[in-house]
Amino acid sequence: MDFNDTPEEAEFRTEVRAFLQQHGDKYRTRDSFSRKNAKEWQAIKADAGYAAITWPTRLGGRGGTEIQQVIYDEEERHYELVYNVFRVGLGMCMPTLFAYATEEQLERYVEPALRGEELWCQLFSEPAAGSDLAGIRTKAEQDGDEWVINGQKIWTSFADTADFGILLARSDFDAPKHKGLTFFFLDMKSPGIECRPIKQITGDSHFCEVFFDDVRIPDNQRLGKIGGGWKVALTTLMNERMAVGHAGGPDFEEIFALAQSLEIDGQPAFKNGAVREKLVDWFITCQGVKYTNFRLITALSQGQQPGPEASIMKLVGAEKQQEIASYGMDLIGMGGNVMDKELSPMAAAFQDSFLFAPVSQVAGGTNEIMRNIIAERVLGLPADIRIDKDVPFRDLPTGPGK
Amino acid sequence: MNFDISEDAKAVANTARDFLREHSPMTAIRRVFDEEIQYDAELWKSMAELGWLGAGIPEKFGGFELGGEVLCVLAEEIGRVLAPVPFSTSVSLATSAICAHGSDAQKCDLLPKMAAGEIIGTFALAEGVGDPSPARIEAVVENGRLNGNKYPVADGSVADFVVIVAHDSAGDIGLYFCDLSASGITSTPIESVDPSRNTVSLSFENVEVEPLGDAWQGWQSVQNILDQAAVILAFEQTGGAQACLEMARDYAIERYAFGRPIGSFQAVKHKLANVYIATELARSNAYYGAWALGENSAELAQAAATAHLSACNAFQLAARENIQTHGGMGITWEADCHMYFRRAKSLGLEIGGSLFWQERLMSQLEQQATG
Repeated sequence: MDFNDTPEEAEFRTEVRAFLQQHGDKYRTRDSFSRKNAKEWQAIKADAGYAAITWPTRLGGRGGTEIQQVIYDEEERHYELVYNVFRVGLGMCMPTLFAYATEEQLERYVEPALRGEELWCQLFSEPAAGSDLAGIRTKAEQDGDEWVINGQKIWTSFADTADFGILLARSDFDAPKHKGLTFFFLDMKSPGIECRPIKQITGDSHFCEVFFDDVRIPDNQRLGKIGGGWKVALTTLMNERMAVGHAGGPDFEEIFALAQSLEIDGQPAFKNGAVREKLVDWFITCQGVKYTNFRLITALSQGQQPGPEASIMKLVGAEKQQEIASYGMDLIGMGGNVMDKELSPMAAAFQDSFLFAPVSQVAGGTNEIMRNIIAERVLGLPADIRIDKDVPFRDLPTGPGK
Repeated sequence: MNFDISEDAKAVANTARDFLREHSPMTAIRRVFDEEIQYDAELWKSMAELGWLGAGIPEKFGGFELGGEVLCVLAEEIGRVLAPVPFSTSVSLATSAICAHGSDAQKCDLLPKMAAGEIIGTFALAEGVGDPSPARIEAVVENGRLNGNKYPVADGSVADFVVIVAHDSAGDIGLYFCDLSASGITSTPIESVDPSRNTVSLSFENVEVEPLGDAWQGWQSVQNILDQAAVILAFEQTGGAQACLEMARDYAIERYAFGRPIGSFQAVKHKLANVYIATELARSNAYYGAWALGENSAELAQAAATAHLSACNAFQLAARENIQTHGGMGITWEADCHMYFRRAKSLGLEIGGSLFWQERLMSQLEQQATG
């Protein structure tokens, strides 16, 4: 075993470090959703060839490897330069365009997206279709060379500032659910689109509801066949990036530090038997996640593609985040209710994480969906028996009031 | 970054997996359960011929010096099929005690025979209830004579010698070598959770013993042997967990209820996904343990405790859920599930229970935190 980079990897890391040293400090952010500076930073990355490391060079990428992307991400994280604002566009929308758009369209849209000049969003989930994405009911009706869209999307990150979006809609309500879908991309400034930010559990607003009222999309912005939208959507979803296994917020180091700084019965809290048992459990999980990540990186370094095995990173990370945050608040005791950053230990990091952790366990695939993925795609267990596959979509039960 | 088992060790693991699949089917351990045999002597001989018993022994003492990783992957394959051989006792505990502490004369005498499979050793630490601790040791050696009781001693009924933890008249903890044919020893088979472990109670009455070398450092030496064993055990446990996961998965695919495979129900899927997660985390922690063992890193104590605890979680969860997935069949003597269930708990107690290793880990973390 060797924790060091290969010579090629080390050389690449040195280049990346030099680049970040030169430009990084100016663009540091503590808010990964910030749009301030994000566009400028993205252009600098694009010029230096770090904006899309694994893309082929003909599409403006570096033609690099997955492991180079991992190395770049590791180094960029030290500078707190992770701007989530481009993640959806570059990680999911563009790869879908690569597979289904025309050469002229790629010429028009890829470079501005890569340079951060145009922001993209993904219009998939709906109020009645989240985990069951193929159950969407936003309607697409063909009208000559155009399509008319009516309906509602939800949980769309950056919809209110995005320039373009990819859209999954239902073009045939008489076909079975997976067969009546069609996929488009559209201008988010089109008439008839209304975005309303959703105030989340934390009080922040990172997502929007998007309403479509007779929104028109030219047919040449259809991706894939009419009724072939599900296949296109799967391409998008396959491109979800390898999760890192740390959902954010306090981890073992922070809860251990907290347990050293607080007292129980006149002793440091970590001397307490019940606390020790918890600390040991989290240490084992955190180490397990860390070294599983090392194994995944090793696989990438050996040229393998990321597979469904990486699902455990997101799942374990999100559950651990919730448990550690909640227990940290118990350690703080009655004062655990305080969210004032001046008054609460570690600037209320545990309280913040407590409220954000439910988001981690739902966003990007719920814990239940992640367990299904592991069971079906890694262990090979049979898919659930479906009652919704071969009947016309309009005949499916929808629950009361629909 | 190359956080992977070496190609050499992987090659050994592949050979071992194929060999054990053919030569150690579940019928082998069943013969031990049914008391037809005590251990698979033929398999043991083959393992010697393949060089596995001498994997951790230096070449100059008749071994093959294949390194810690090879020992680890062998343990994983043995754990996978519950091979009824005294691996964790003789090849791991006894061998590492002799290699680390034995005198040259003892090494010259014992190690070549151990590598050749001619003699079997075991390790006697426990004295009934309680976790490893110098305060628990009542066995005493005075004027070269041992008095005391040791139980449970795994593989005690098939071993030729035993490495014993005892204190001397000054109260200092030490390691002693004792031939099990010496007079004054009463060896009594005792019923144990895992009947395939050949567990005995050893009673010593003025038995002649010799110190194992003279360079041990009291309890620290014992703890170091346990740390090394914990890493190798973690691989054996991970192998067992993987086997349980695969058994449960296969059964969930082939068993139908309510007109469909039970593996299509999310209640079963999510249960097995949890087993997969625990097993993968355990494997990753075990890899780090193997690294620390191979490098003789200062982090060995921490890595070993982490690996062992993580593997205890995984194997015990996997064995339990394997039974649950098998339903009524899972609770029969006839199905193989219970043998893994017993082994999972047994390995989780062999070198101290979870409370002992949790405390071992916490004390390492405290030391780091306080510098």
